[in-house]
Amino acid sequence: MSSIAVKKGFASTVWEYLTTVDHKKIAHLYLGAGGFFFLLGGIEAMFIRIQLMKPQNNFVNEQLFNEIMTMHGTTMIFLAAMPLLFAFMNAVVPLQIGARDVAFPFLNALGFWLFFWGGIFLNLSWFLGGAPDAGWTSYASLSLRSEGHGIDFYTLGIQISGFGTLMSGINFLATIITMRAPGMSFMRMPLFTWTTFIASSLILMAFPPLTISIFFLMFDRLFGSAFFDVTMGGNTIIWEHFFWIFGHPEVYILILPAFGIFSEIIPTFSRKRLFGYSSMVFATILIGFLGFMVWAHHMFTTGLGNVANAIFAVATMAIAVPTGIKIFNWLFTMWGGSIKISVPMLYALGFIPSFVMGGVTGVMQAAAPLDYQLHDTYFIVAHFHYVIIGGVVFAILAATHFYWPKMFGKMLSEKLGYVTFAFFFVGFHMTFFVQHFLGLMGMPRRVATFLPNQGFDLYNFISSMGAFFMAIGVIVLLVNVVVTSLKKERVGNDPWQDGRTMEWALSSPPVYYNFKQIPLVRGQDTWWIEKMEGKDELTPSEPLQDIHMPNNSIIPFFIALGLFIAAFGAMYNPLNSVGDGHPMGTVVLILGLALMFGSMLVRSIRDDLGYYIPKEDIENDAKGGKVS
Amino acid sequence: MNNHELKAQYEYRKRKSAEGMKNQFISFILMIFLTLVAFLAVGYDGFPKTFVIPIILLLACVQVIFQLYYFMHASEKGHGMVMLFMYSAIFVAFITVLCFMTIIWW
Repeated sequence: MSSIAVKKGFASTVWEYLTTVDHKKIAHLYLGAGGFFFLLGGIEAMFIRIQLMKPQNNFVNEQLFNEIMTMHGTTMIFLAAMPLLFAFMNAVVPLQIGARDVAFPFLNALGFWLFFWGGIFLNLSWFLGGAPDAGWTSYASLSLRSEGHGIDFYTLGIQISGFGTLMSGINFLATIITMRAPGMSFMRMPLFTWTTFIASSLILMAFPPLTISIFFLMFDRLFGSAFFDVTMGGNTIIWEHFFWIFGHPEVYILILPAFGIFSEIIPTFSRKRLFGYSSMVFATILIGFLGFMVWAHHMFTTGLGNVANAIFAVATMAIAVPTGIKIFNWLFTMWGGSIKISVPMLYALGFIPSFVMGGVTGVMQAAAPLDYQLHDTYFIVAHFHYVIIGGVVFAILAATHFYWPKMFGKMLSEKLGYVTFAFFFVGFHMTFFVQHFLGLMGMPRRVATFLPNQGFDLYNFISSMGAFFMAIGVIVLLVNVVVTSLKKERVGNDPWQDGRTMEWALSSPPVYYNFKQIPLVRGQDTWWIEKMEGKDELTPSEPLQDIHMPNNSIIPFFIALGLFIAAFGAMYNPLNSVGDGHPMGTVVLILGLALMFGSMLVRSIRDDLGYYIPKEDIENDAKGGKVS
Repeated sequence: MNNHELKAQYEYRKRKSAEGMKNQFISFILMIFLTLVAFLAVGYDGFPKTFVIPIILLLACVQVIFQLYYFMHASEKGHGMVMLFMYSAIFVAFITVLCFMTIIWW
């Protein structure tokens, strides 16, 4: 077997991707599926903005608006932002720490397929009687009363994709703890690896509450229990607590890897070491830690009492401190650097002011008395779009340009990249800046329409126009991707010339075993150190030897498919609260679970010890397979 | 490694595992004893409920610590990261329960 690109047929490529356990290919899968859901969520966003473009618009009716609004939030958080970040974590983290793959390649593939089938299940709701309509938070008092199966699609779909996320999080923890190359101490790890590490530990601790609460909601709706039903002795507030115990760390799960991406981009294009590395690491840990004791700031108006509100308000404001440390560190990294403007760097430059604006409104809402005014208005909408788009989406777009050459071996067009940035950046501020004022004027969020002459007309119109700008930006990006894929020209190891971390020492894309020899890490910014000493290769830490690799497997696909089928069975079981249950539902549930557990059994009893790549093949690759 | 060193290493391991075995045995007896105490505390009518519940919870905590350190080898080398994660998770769970006890179910 040789790693030199061999032209393959379409079917064998599909089969390769269905069975792959290679972190680089799984990154492609995450990028593709996450990108697809990002477009879906974007279309839903456009529908929302078209409906709200003018007062008393009739583009969609109220019920459909609720469904679109719910699916926009759910899709963007669970099916777009997180998988896209996972795409870059998969593509980059093993390379940054000098590993040949993640700790559990099989589990990595399983995590992807669970996310994928969960997302497909959730979106099938559009065709099977209506999507969820209780908002992405799905507060129990509302979602228990929801008619039809929308909420069931939410609980089952998010549950399945949540399993996948939890697995991937654990996988990255194990990878980063155990698979760092010799010399790669914790305090030499690149910042993106650090933030992935902290985000993964947040996943580990935040997803179980989500799993539990969704389980309760699922049983309330499908199997006749009463965890949240007040009339039967349940407690509806517990859903809110559980959801936000998950939900608040979730926003840090999203933003920390984004911080990591910018902490890679800014030093690269400032051609200067990251300022205050250890304070960056400390701030990351502190944000993760504080993220677990602020969840009730989403619930100030539920009547927790003054003491609880005060405690959570102060804890929330404290998070501004480590975040501020990070902002200043990025500024000081650029200060005195020899800055080169490129598309990723532009996003980084746009990110800092945009994110600071989102952060400042966040501190405003942390003040509980003010939050009584701002709660459930467009001010909140403006705030979280400023942090999520201004932070996470900018990071994802920046990383798309930054890591595209490493992932696919081709450079995205700079020119089209600038066009995307211009449209997206201007559109973003146009859409969401005015929403602050809409909120202050009292426009509630999640409303399907509004009356004319209340002062909302003009700002809503501006906001909708901004959304079209963003849409144009994304379309240009898609064109860019297609044009780039058709290009023949391939890039070398270090296409940005100023790469600092180990991934830039490898060919683009790297060979399937990543490192011919596991490197010896001699300091932070490993590749930069080697380059400065005039070397064009990493220092190896081991002699050239046979490499052990895992075999591909279709089993992850079938485990996830089994759960997907079982979810349909659970939804149409005879006990469900909608009343359209069928005895066949139980049968399908059992069949699906049988497929899942059967696949797991096959995996357990069949020894799959992987294979060895002989030394001679690796030497051959090194001679002939090098692209540059 | 020569024969002598191998032998010394073998002796060392043997001593180590004998020690480990002794510790495990003692903690096993202790745990059975603690369980018996818990059962007796519930079974005996003379103690009020407000006394029995904290005592059982305390005994449970002691048992968990025994489990971790003697049966799951938490104190041995290379378990630092695992213990860090366990303690952080316990901390998060504690905050959650504390919050529920004080502002939902007070």
